[in-house]
Amino acid sequence: MNVNSPATASAALVVDEVQLRYARLLDWGTRIGLAALLVSFAIYNTGLFPSKVPRHRLPELWSEPIARYLELTGAPAGWQWVTMLQHGDVLGLVGIAVLAGCSGVCLLSLLPMYLRRGDRAYLGLCLAQAAVLLIAAAGVFGGGH
Amino acid sequence: MLAAGTAAAAAGAAAATWPWWVWPLALFCACFLMGIVAVPAGIGGGTLFVPIIGGFFPFHLDFVRGAGLLVALASALAAAPMLMRGGLASLRLALPLAVLASASSIGGALLGLALPVAAVQIALGVIVLGIVALMLVAKKSEFPHVSAPDALGTALAMHGVFIDGATGRRIDWQVHRTAAGLVVFLVIGVLAGMFGIGAGWANVPALNLLMGVPLKVAAGTSGLVLSLVDSAAAWVYVNKGAVLPMIAVPSVVGMMLGAKVGARLLTVLSGAVIRRLVIAVLLFAGLRALLKGLGLWP
Repeated sequence: MNVNSPATASAALVVDEVQLRYARLLDWGTRIGLAALLVSFAIYNTGLFPSKVPRHRLPELWSEPIARYLELTGAPAGWQWVTMLQHGDVLGLVGIAVLAGCSGVCLLSLLPMYLRRGDRAYLGLCLAQAAVLLIAAAGVFGGGH
Repeated sequence: MLAAGTAAAAAGAAAATWPWWVWPLALFCACFLMGIVAVPAGIGGGTLFVPIIGGFFPFHLDFVRGAGLLVALASALAAAPMLMRGGLASLRLALPLAVLASASSIGGALLGLALPVAAVQIALGVIVLGIVALMLVAKKSEFPHVSAPDALGTALAMHGVFIDGATGRRIDWQVHRTAAGLVVFLVIGVLAGMFGIGAGWANVPALNLLMGVPLKVAAGTSGLVLSLVDSAAAWVYVNKGAVLPMIAVPSVVGMMLGAKVGARLLTVLSGAVIRRLVIAVLLFAGLRALLKGLGLWP
């Protein structure tokens, strides 16, 4: 590690262009995800859309293990929730999906930059990380009833 | 917080008869308080969330872990862009570690959902008590000395530069023991996925003490690694149906608002006092999880 004097620090910090693009996109993805989370939760609580699991039943159900909860409620697992967005409680998963998915989109946006630079190691790492997220999202190793 | 937790535990049997909105409201308040103390204590809100909510609220641990991952994920995502722009989080450093940790976090999440809840409670109790021990004894090195980077770190160009806000100095950093760091992050991923507790408590010492990353860059990059690891694990919980918006949303919002207040109070509150308070709460919550898992404190 090299600690330079404050005078040399005036050669302002140059942050990698790739990192800046990732930061910019991640910032937007997070804002959109959090906004979706709040709006969908507000809609859920207005009762505008009927809930798949009525709110008053939750206290008797949320202490059950997940398998029993799904059995008792018919709540969605895997990607079934996408077909049930007319339900207020299921709608809440949209914001959660955006938050869990935005990093993958940010990573894919870096591929052309790494390709142009000929940085094969990070091109591969980016692809590997995106693949891990895709595999997790697809429910390859579980979920996805 | 302890008193509220004890009261919540005592009220467990009556929980189902209370109006449904009492618990999300109590959850929001508890998370708001946790968010306030998490920042001055220098610990991620996710680390507090699972042991405390799992121990003292009536939700099944499956849902608590799903919500805990989202709390840790949302906090990490919200902080990462600013840290990256300031050079305090490094994508080049985070990416190789995150690939391994996020892959293993999927395994951890599946394992956590498959194991009997008592076994997970016992393991959670042991981990939380381990975190307490780590908080009590772990040393930190603001600017670790790395005489020469190792071959793998050099090949992956895991180095960088940042301006230390406290002194205005430009700090160039590099890493060593990269292979050992990769192995450690593989294990960290399993823990993050299995318990939904985030893993800043493990990431920062691994980056700082093992790999020689300056403390501020270690803390910033830890958040970036967490955002990727928790994204992978969160999908497993979503796919299993273990994310209930009624639990997850008040938790995320409460924790993020609390963290904003905590950051503003940083100059007013005594970090050392808050840290001792958090250690005491975690010790209590860890014992609670352990005894609950052993069937000694239902």
